[in-house]
Amino acid sequence: MLRLKTTDRQKMSSTSNNLETSEASPSGRSGGASSFPGQIHETPGGGIVLSKLDDVINWARSNSLWPLTFATSCCGIEMMAVAAAKYDFSRFGFEVARASPRQADVIIIAGTIVNKMGPVLKRLYDQMADPKYVIAMGACAISGGPFFYNTYSVVKGADHVIPVDVYVAGCPPRPEALLHALISLQKKIKNGLTREQIQTPKPLSGGDKLHQI
Amino acid sequence: MTNEELKSKITELLATATVEEGGQSLTINVEPGEWRLLAERLRNDPSLFFDYLFCLTCIDWKTHLTMVYHLDSTKFRHVVVIKSKLPADNPVIETVSDIWKTADFHEREVYEMFGVNFRGHPDLRLLILPDGWEGKRPMLKDFEDPVNMIRL
Repeated sequence: MLRLKTTDRQKMSSTSNNLETSEASPSGRSGGASSFPGQIHETPGGGIVLSKLDDVINWARSNSLWPLTFATSCCGIEMMAVAAAKYDFSRFGFEVARASPRQADVIIIAGTIVNKMGPVLKRLYDQMADPKYVIAMGACAISGGPFFYNTYSVVKGADHVIPVDVYVAGCPPRPEALLHALISLQKKIKNGLTREQIQTPKPLSGGDKLHQI
Repeated sequence: MTNEELKSKITELLATATVEEGGQSLTINVEPGEWRLLAERLRNDPSLFFDYLFCLTCIDWKTHLTMVYHLDSTKFRHVVVIKSKLPADNPVIETVSDIWKTADFHEREVYEMFGVNFRGHPDLRLLILPDGWEGKRPMLKDFEDPVNMIRL
């Protein structure tokens, strides 16, 4: 079952305006990053768009991912570079960086997670509204990186704390690499393959279940 | 003051202090029991006026520990390094946190990382390590990472 966030509805309403200009791909979900998933059937006096609601929602969500302003070390500098004019991730819909996890869709773990930061990271993730996505940026976030051995303070991989959708290697990764990771996440969402999407669907009225737990 | 003048002045203040040659700054070795006395004199002597403790740290030599204090005078701009050798088992030295306030946090850090006890410190708690930290002090050379350890 699909639940729509307010932001999703806003994204949906802008969909209809963009339809005339966007290139509809006959094969549906694949195609360019911005192409609308569906088929246009020309009829006199207009046209009919055929699509699947899941695909439309995934398309809308993937093209406006709001990252959380979160960085713990030098990867954060690269992330800022990706946000700035030269690399400019707003070209792909990531420009609305949020300082509150409650308004963010994706958390880019940019940097080392130390043992003391682990609970903070978990709390930030828990405070993000569904659907939410996670990118582990750089060697430290993937495995602890240079701090894998002989350290007293570093978490050996952020996925010990929260689940990760996309890993991007590097120390720190090049801005291009982070852009690639962001686009990979978009592709994953469009294909319905993120960790959250392949989970078993939650029941529509989950209240009773919650009380049982 | 030049290093030579500092040297004669400090050995005058504390006869048992010895001078170590070869460093960039004048380096003085003191017994841990006499450090407190020397510290007060360095701070209060009007011709020395070491009012700024800009580094406080510890070295683990496996056989023993060395406390290192870097002092600067904001008035005369001369620098001196004080070293004091401590035993590896039960290292204790007097606190200087009441002479230089900055030593408060630095001594707490040396306490948690090297296990040095600062006698007279007002608040010798863990600073960076999480509460309830148990086991070896992590900056000692024989510390072992409980998760991933490579022995060289």
